[in-house]
Amino acid sequence: MEGAEVLGRLNWQFGEVVATQRETDRAKSITLSVPDWSGHRAGQHVDLRLTSEDGYHAERSYSIASAPEDRPRVTITVERIETGEVSPYLTDELHEGDKLELRGPIGGYFVWEASMGGPLFLVAGGSGIVPLMAMIRHQAASGSSVPTRLLYSSRSLAEIIYRDELERLAQGSKRLEVRHTLTREAPTGWAGYHRRVDADMLREVAWPADKHPLTYICGPTPFVEATATFLAALGYASQRIKTERFGPSG
Amino acid sequence: MENQLDGNASAGTLQAIFPFEMTEVTVTCANCDDSNLIAETVVYMSGMGTIVRCPSCDHALIRIAHAKHRSLLDLHGARVLQFNGDH
Ligand SMILES: Cc1cc2nc3c(=O)[nH]c(=O)nc-3n(C[C@H](O)[C@H](O)[C@H](O)COP(=O)(O)OP(=O)(O)OC[C@H]3O[C@@H](n4cnc5c(N)ncnc54)[C@H](O)[C@@H]3O)c2cc1C
Ligand SMILES: [Zn+2]
Repeated sequence: MEGAEVLGRLNWQFGEVVATQRETDRAKSITLSVPDWSGHRAGQHVDLRLTSEDGYHAERSYSIASAPEDRPRVTITVERIETGEVSPYLTDELHEGDKLELRGPIGGYFVWEASMGGPLFLVAGGSGIVPLMAMIRHQAASGSSVPTRLLYSSRSLAEIIYRDELERLAQGSKRLEVRHTLTREAPTGWAGYHRRVDADMLREVAWPADKHPLTYICGPTPFVEATATFLAALGYASQRIKTERFGPSG
Repeated sequence: MENQLDGNASAGTLQAIFPFEMTEVTVTCANCDDSNLIAETVVYMSGMGTIVRCPSCDHALIRIAHAKHRSLLDLHGARVLQFNGDH
């Protein structure tokens, strides 16, 4: 793996919204065209900055959902937090042609490139799927042969982000396996799991520890911590578990 | 506990100060001597600033405070920052 890369200091710049797409009732994808975008690696994020009329700033981080191969466009996916300051603006009020202030790409740790190998084990809670989707899209776009398993926890079927695309990618590939768990309502006849991620579920879905999987866990802080603890107990080496915490759970 | 994040969340703020991607830098705690990647530290962020804490003993390693037209960087909780690669 590379060490700290010399990238230069980050500066704020403006991107233009060129497309938006509703993913679920609460989640929306926003595609930006950013002049002089240097390209990104799957797993990185951008910081967005909103400025109010009186000059007050609010900054938030959003993972990049698109594959590096989609350059020069960058797509983020935002889940609306009802009481939030920034996310409702992004999901409900932002339109094509609007400008957004951002800096990035950011981060070097929670990153996967096809050259890093695998097998890959990805564990997502809610909007924690976003950076992992960039990895899955990168894997597909680069034609990588790294075997990948995704375990994705959502509240309900309707809240699964990228559900159709994940199904399509998994059907068309021998390398990608997708397993869902729903923590609240599940439809009758639901074939996936219907509970929070726990040690038994991970034992069934995760690669055996002796395959030395490379693991990425992303989602609400308590979800990430519980999952990492279960995997350590299954004998997963901590140096091959990478975590990214998005904050409180909804 | 309220808004507990990790070092990934502080990456942008740090890279706006240091000319590197900082989350793969190893930081040694001045209190307990434990060393961790910045990505794996505990971070709290608010409009006021950012606090990077030791995941072993909770000591404040790095504090960045934002005020009007200036930022304050307090590194005294970090004994060593180890950068890998050629700088
Ligand atoms: C590295 C990183 C990457 C991220 N990537 C994404 C992403 O790809 N997509 C995405 O939707 N979000 C992502 N987030 C979370 C995002 O940065 C914001 O925290 C989130 O959008 C809430 O902001 P807000 O201004 O709407 O809410 P705030 O005004 O900050 O918070 C309002 C209330 O909601 C609670 N709250 C805050 N965050 C959450 C949450 N995630 N779930 C439930 N309750 C919450 C707060 O405690 C508070 O009580 C990421 C966070 C980090 C650190
Ligand atoms: Zn310490």
